[in-house]
Amino acid sequence: MTTLVWRGGEEGAFERFEVPRQASQTVLDVVVWIQRNADATLAYRYACRVGMCGSCAMMVNGRPRWTCRTHVDKVGEGGLEIAPLRNLPVIRDLAVDMAPFFEKWQAADGVFAPTKTRDEPVAPVQPAGAARLAAAAGIECINCAVCHAACDVVAANADYLGPAALNRAWTLQNDVRDGARSARLAAVTQDGGCQNCHAQQGCTAHCPNELNPTASIAGLKRMAVRKSLGLGG
Amino acid sequence: MEFRLYLLQRLTALVMAPLVIGHIAVMIYAVQGGLSAAEILGRTQGSLFWGAFYGLFVLAAAIHAAIGLRTIVQEWLRLEGAALHALTCLVLFGLLALGGRAVYAVVAA
Repeated sequence: MTTLVWRGGEEGAFERFEVPRQASQTVLDVVVWIQRNADATLAYRYACRVGMCGSCAMMVNGRPRWTCRTHVDKVGEGGLEIAPLRNLPVIRDLAVDMAPFFEKWQAADGVFAPTKTRDEPVAPVQPAGAARLAAAAGIECINCAVCHAACDVVAANADYLGPAALNRAWTLQNDVRDGARSARLAAVTQDGGCQNCHAQQGCTAHCPNELNPTASIAGLKRMAVRKSLGLGG
Repeated sequence: MEFRLYLLQRLTALVMAPLVIGHIAVMIYAVQGGLSAAEILGRTQGSLFWGAFYGLFVLAAAIHAAIGLRTIVQEWLRLEGAALHALTCLVLFGLLALGGRAVYAVVAA
């Protein structure tokens, strides 16, 4: 199977490899095969191989995907083109610098702010409560940056916090134990905040865990508008 | 500031929605039995109501469009800072002037 793999940094070119086709082969299997059998200098990143760690995302035939759970027979019978994730600086080959991605999580106040100490009893959270259900819908994010790579607003506006950071902020805004919701609402409505989302849903279409960051961002917009107009919430 | 613009754009959309419906409804009513400038001007000239109706419409549309174009220019042309601000103001005041002139033309007796 003909596989084109990005080599170099921001400036670089695709290099062609012939990779033996195997049953149940994933895109990550292809990359690993190239590094072990064709060119040991290929730079890329992975850890768990089972879709939990969020480190192996790459552009596969132009779309961001978690490569460890992407079967070749679903995407690349005509050949593969594997490139580093879009919207992030390329370090080398298939490895991107994730720092800007996580800096945006911090800028969006994507950190739980506890209101109790370990000496107090565990806070009761109603499993069927509206806030808990909203948080649950967005909480299984593995930080793979596939949504960040899929987002055209991120591509167009360097300041935009992006779907992952805003989705994280939304889950915390719905955490009854959190004590920083007002500050976080200010953080997600700063320039580059949730108001920049055009609801194109590239994030939702590509999220490997089938989350809906667009809905989370819409929730933040609603929350912020209600607060701005003095409608509570 | 960006979020305030976002909010203002939504609020002007809320203002425009009934105005658009009213405008179209009157248009449909007005063209029954033929359309003439005299009939239109007969309704609008000297009318405080239609002056306020279309004056508000122009104001809302100018604000709404200026903010929307600002976003598009920011994303597509990567314009920012003073240049982006200047362009937004140019669109805003340009639309206000053009729209204001049109309202004046049909309302002034």
